[in-house]
Amino acid sequence: MSETWVIVEQRDGNIRKATFEMLSEAKKIGDEVGAVVFGKNVEGLAPEFAKYGADKVYVVEGDLFAEYNTGAYVAQLAAMIAEYKPNAVFFAHTFNGRDFASRLAQKLEAGLATDAIAVELSAGKGVFTRAIYAGKAIAKVEVATSPVLATIRAGVMEVAEAAGAGAVVKPAIAATDADVYQNIKSFVPTVSARPDLTEAETVVSGGRGCKGPDGIKLVENLADMLGAAVGGSRASIDSGWLGHELQVGQTGKVVCPNLYIAAGISGAIQHLAGMSSSKFIAAINTDPEAPIFNVSDFGVVSDLFKVIPTLCTELKK
Amino acid sequence: MKVLVCVKQTFDTEAKIELKDGKIADAGINLIINPYDEVAVEGGIQLKEKKVVDEVVVLSAGSDKAMDAIRTALAMGADRGILLKQDTGADEYARAIALAAAIKDENPDIILAGHVAADDGSSQVPTRIAEILGLPHINVITNVEVADGKATCTCEADGGTLVAEITLPAVISSQVSWNEPRYPSMKGIMQAKKKPVATVDAVAADNKVTIVEYGMPPAKQAGVKIEDEPDVCAAKLADWMLNTVKIEVK
Ligand SMILES: Cc1cc2nc3c(=O)[nH]c(=O)nc-3n(C[C@H](O)[C@H](O)[C@H](O)COP(=O)(O)OP(=O)(O)OC[C@H]3O[C@@H](n4cnc5c(N)ncnc54)[C@H](O)[C@@H]3O)c2cc1C
Ligand SMILES: Cc1cc2nc3c(=O)[nH]c(=O)nc-3n(C[C@H](O)[C@H](O)[C@H](O)COP(=O)(O)OP(=O)(O)OC[C@H]3O[C@@H](n4cnc5c(N)ncnc54)[C@H](O)[C@@H]3O)c2cc1C
Repeated sequence: MSETWVIVEQRDGNIRKATFEMLSEAKKIGDEVGAVVFGKNVEGLAPEFAKYGADKVYVVEGDLFAEYNTGAYVAQLAAMIAEYKPNAVFFAHTFNGRDFASRLAQKLEAGLATDAIAVELSAGKGVFTRAIYAGKAIAKVEVATSPVLATIRAGVMEVAEAAGAGAVVKPAIAATDADVYQNIKSFVPTVSARPDLTEAETVVSGGRGCKGPDGIKLVENLADMLGAAVGGSRASIDSGWLGHELQVGQTGKVVCPNLYIAAGISGAIQHLAGMSSSKFIAAINTDPEAPIFNVSDFGVVSDLFKVIPTLCTELKK
Repeated sequence: MKVLVCVKQTFDTEAKIELKDGKIADAGINLIINPYDEVAVEGGIQLKEKKVVDEVVVLSAGSDKAMDAIRTALAMGADRGILLKQDTGADEYARAIALAAAIKDENPDIILAGHVAADDGSSQVPTRIAEILGLPHINVITNVEVADGKATCTCEADGGTLVAEITLPAVISSQVSWNEPRYPSMKGIMQAKKKPVATVDAVAADNKVTIVEYGMPPAKQAGVKIEDEPDVCAAKLADWMLNTVKIEVK
């Protein structure tokens, strides 16, 4: 039976939610599902993948794979593809995933659909829906080179538990030190008690209407009550109220949470590009004509400085 | 040392997208340099100002229209341009093959690009170019220091900041937060007209993927909008969050 592989994203044993989303999607297709995990001491993670449908777990362990580096990971995965011939390989559309998939695709002289939001897979062929022009249009792209390669947008696919056998497979190690061409000097995690912007179930974003750090504090308070991530429009990032990595939009992060709350954000087209595919959208804005209301499920025309504190009290009740 | 910057001409980010005969209509659309590539051009010019490199070349693949993008980069301060003529349905693979061939002829020490195009947005081209040329690459940088034939790049990775060193020549793609691109000055615009731009033909390569169809995203249903006293607004919003969205409060 042919296999659909999902490339696991993990750091220090913390698995990104996108991995489970891809496993669940792969399971729906009906072929065998293989989770491919790279790292150091990662075999213990295998049952996690089995819970979401992985029939096999390919474990690639060693110092060489301790941290993502394109050269070694690509050399290893290319060798595994040659040996096991999966029908398709899915990557998360993340910093690492798109880098990995692009370099692998070129090495295999294969096609690749990136940032897919819908998948139709059959033997030797995949049709992927992609958002283009910052979500203003969509394109359906067919990949028929082997294996079928795609990166999948985080937050779109539903996670569903489904038992898989989770049989551990240890492929031969084909990559060597000579394959490494990026010398990783350091990785400094963003210190935040809040969830990652692109993984969060809820995102609360503040814009120029927050008027300064005090307004942003209100946004943060609301976020913390909801266990949400904090984001911002470019106006609040350029003003220095929030870090660059928190910008939502065309030139920032694309987020797809269950609930997105925009406070003091007008809804410029470049901002909408990053959040309009959220499941539910709420907006707080004093201007009834603000374009953010065109994409909102629930809009309140009011002052965020008055609404957010009361909202927090109401939610606590 | 020489830096070559890959510049894609894209639709203005404000552009309204419509379909015509099943394709994205481009009539009357204002065209700009992809915002990430503008940052890469600025990065290249700054390397020259710091005397790290002595020449900045810009390369754009597309139709004759892409000449405008090249002229804008020249007006910002790049030294010369290359227009790679390729306006027929090339996919990311074919595009990368053509760009890589043109880059090879130039033999630059540093190849800069944007990490993603604001229109097609595949985030594939720079990494594919690196693989074709057998060069190291690094993506989404917010800073680069060049010394002793090496580039030390700071990257906006998921969940943190990564610092990695690569040996030149290499392909490096930019994040917008790397720098603030300059506006071309009047003098720059005048000078750009005299700067050399070569036109070269793209090497042909077969596509690896096909577009089945273009479409428009499903229209969003109009939601509820309430105008009332802040307390009433807050109570109704809380009610919607708890009962419709079914949010959990910590
Ligand atoms: C190439 C390019 C790329 C871009 N990329 C991005 C991107 O990735 N992300 C992004 O966000 N932007 C991006 N932009 C910028 C974008 O065009 C807008 O300028 C930006 O999104 C505006 O941010 P804002 O909504 O916070 O500010 P404004 O547009 O100034 O809106 C502020 C809003 O706050 C409201 N307000 C004021 N006071 C209150 C109050 N007390 N309570 C409630 N509401 C209040 C106002 O009514 C107004 O609607 C990009 C622009 C370009 C040209
Ligand atoms: C089947 C198919 C048919 C297509 N037909 C057409 C067509 O007829 N006309 C058309 O315009 N597009 C067409 N496209 C889109 C085209 O393939 C992509 O625009 C191109 O491959 C670049 O990909 P991207 O825009 O996603 O760039 P990304 O990989 O997201 O871009 C990253 C960076 O690569 C560099 N780069 C990308 N493109 C260029 C370029 N042209 N010149 C210089 N540097 C560049 C830039 O630095 C850019 O920031 C087609 C795509 C497919 C799949």
